Amino acid sequence: MSEPPKASELPALPRRKVFEPQSSTLSGPFWEATRERRLVLPWCTACERAIWFPREVCPHCRGTSFDWRPASGTGEVHAVSVHHQPGLGRDAAEGAYAVALVQLPEGVRMMSNIVGCALEDITVGMAVRVTWQPLSDGRHLAQFEPDPEPEAEPEAGAAAGS
Amino acid sequence: MSERTLRGAAALVGVADDVSPTGELDRRGRALEAAMVFEALDDAGLTLADVDGLCCTGNVTGLAEYLGIHPRFLDGTMVGGSSFQLHVEHAAAAIAAGVCDVVVSVYAATPRSDRKRGAGDGGDGAGGPGGRGRRGGMPGPNPGAEWELPYGLRLPMGAYALVASRHMAVFGTTSEQLAQIAVDTRRWASLNPRARYRDPLTVDDVLASPLQASPLHLLDCCLVTDGAGAFVMTSAERARDLPRPPAYVLGAASCSDHSMISQMPDLTTTAGSVSGPAAFAMAGVKPEDVDLLMGYDSFTITALLHLEDLGFCPKGEGGPFVEDGKLGPGGALPMNTNGGGLSYTHPGMYGMFLLVEAVRQLRGEAGARQVADLRVAVAHGSGGVLSTMGTVVLGTEVVL
Repeated sequence: MSEPPKASELPALPRRKVFEPQSSTLSGPFWEATRERRLVLPWCTACERAIWFPREVCPHCRGTSFDWRPASGTGEVHAVSVHHQPGLGRDAAEGAYAVALVQLPEGVRMMSNIVGCALEDITVGMAVRVTWQPLSDGRHLAQFEPDPEPEAEPEAGAAAGS
Repeated sequence: MSERTLRGAAALVGVADDVSPTGELDRRGRALEAAMVFEALDDAGLTLADVDGLCCTGNVTGLAEYLGIHPRFLDGTMVGGSSFQLHVEHAAAAIAAGVCDVVVSVYAATPRSDRKRGAGDGGDGAGGPGGRGRRGGMPGPNPGAEWELPYGLRLPMGAYALVASRHMAVFGTTSEQLAQIAVDTRRWASLNPRARYRDPLTVDDVLASPLQASPLHLLDCCLVTDGAGAFVMTSAERARDLPRPPAYVLGAASCSDHSMISQMPDLTTTAGSVSGPAAFAMAGVKPEDVDLLMGYDSFTITALLHLEDLGFCPKGEGGPFVEDGKLGPGGALPMNTNGGGLSYTHPGMYGMFLLVEAVRQLRGEAGARQVADLRVAVAHGSGGVLSTMGTVVLGTEVVL
């Protein structure tokens, strides 16, 4: 497992206008990891389950202690909608885009975008992997693109470095 | 848990609503709310002096102050479009418990003309969460701003589009089947002179309308209109002495299973699968006993999910179930006889209009769209992004 590259060494990525989220104290570790294009999830140290979204109390066991652990970076499209009219913060001139719910093998489902392929090729059940959309302050949005080499479902919690 | 029953304890005795085929109203804010309160009280044969309970989806004390009343039951429950179904449930419980005698719930929103005015609430304090998609106005933290909105999710439509996408993928539901719901709803609207849209609609028209957020087309989506309404509820005992036939509350139940769409446990099953059976059990009715379904239709997929979750058809079979047009005039399951949120009115929180139409139908006041031999009507509201479901079963004296 090699060390992830430093943020300053990462190749530039194209940017699209988005509504930029604020980081909170609670979610700081998530957003800080995105500076290095690393996807991390909060795991409850009491019941050993990943939760999404981050919060102070585990919805499964009332635990209050969490570890941020690397996600496998893979997932599956759970539902998808191509938005032909822009949502908040998007520029209509940049055209239609795909909003999706992505099911992660860690057992959580997150909102995201599917990029890197024709919009009409995106299907429910499609294997995807994480990719990154830069924000203006060095953080990134975790988006997903088709996974050219989908593997069998990784074990829950399997930490995969890059 | 002890047996929950509100069956027959209370009745809806007065209703009012104000909509216009133009989609716009002249009155707004508190003035519009007050007009609805008075109209519903007139309809009930009661006066403001009788009112000791008040519900709205915002500043309920401000409304009481404006009206000059001192209610001893207050409910400012705001869960989006199904808020008024929850008001019915809470008010019926309060009346059954002897907390109060006469409860009024009121709603007014004018997003269409507000948009033209480019104004907020005009400083009259009426405010309240009026326009659709203003869920960011709900109090408390808003994790959606951090975990959903950066992805350009267009609310509320995008959330429903994701649900429709999943339903199609899992069950093979088609755009044509969803469109049939809009078509049948329009057929009802054509019988209602107050409906916003009354021209005939075909499945092809719906499919030819622009894709907004796939798989939803423009005509899969509800209107944005001004609108207002109110209901008056009192005890069954008192209701019998009033001029109009009471619409008895036979059952009422609610359930919420998420706030953000990304947290919905199962995108193809709503909390109506809990509230519906609970309300039906309380009422002692089965789906086949229901003569009229007023099922919240913010989008065609919304209504389709109600049909499954309330048990009118098995899960996943909503598409084939609606194909034959059974929801329209003359069909086996009349749904949304006023023309629905799709063609009648939709000011943002449509649940009030479900109740108003159900009461008018139960009284036999629905004119050209009257459903014959009506005894049991269901008003099933959906709030947020399919987040909070409220099911109200109403019936006439004969089923009490």
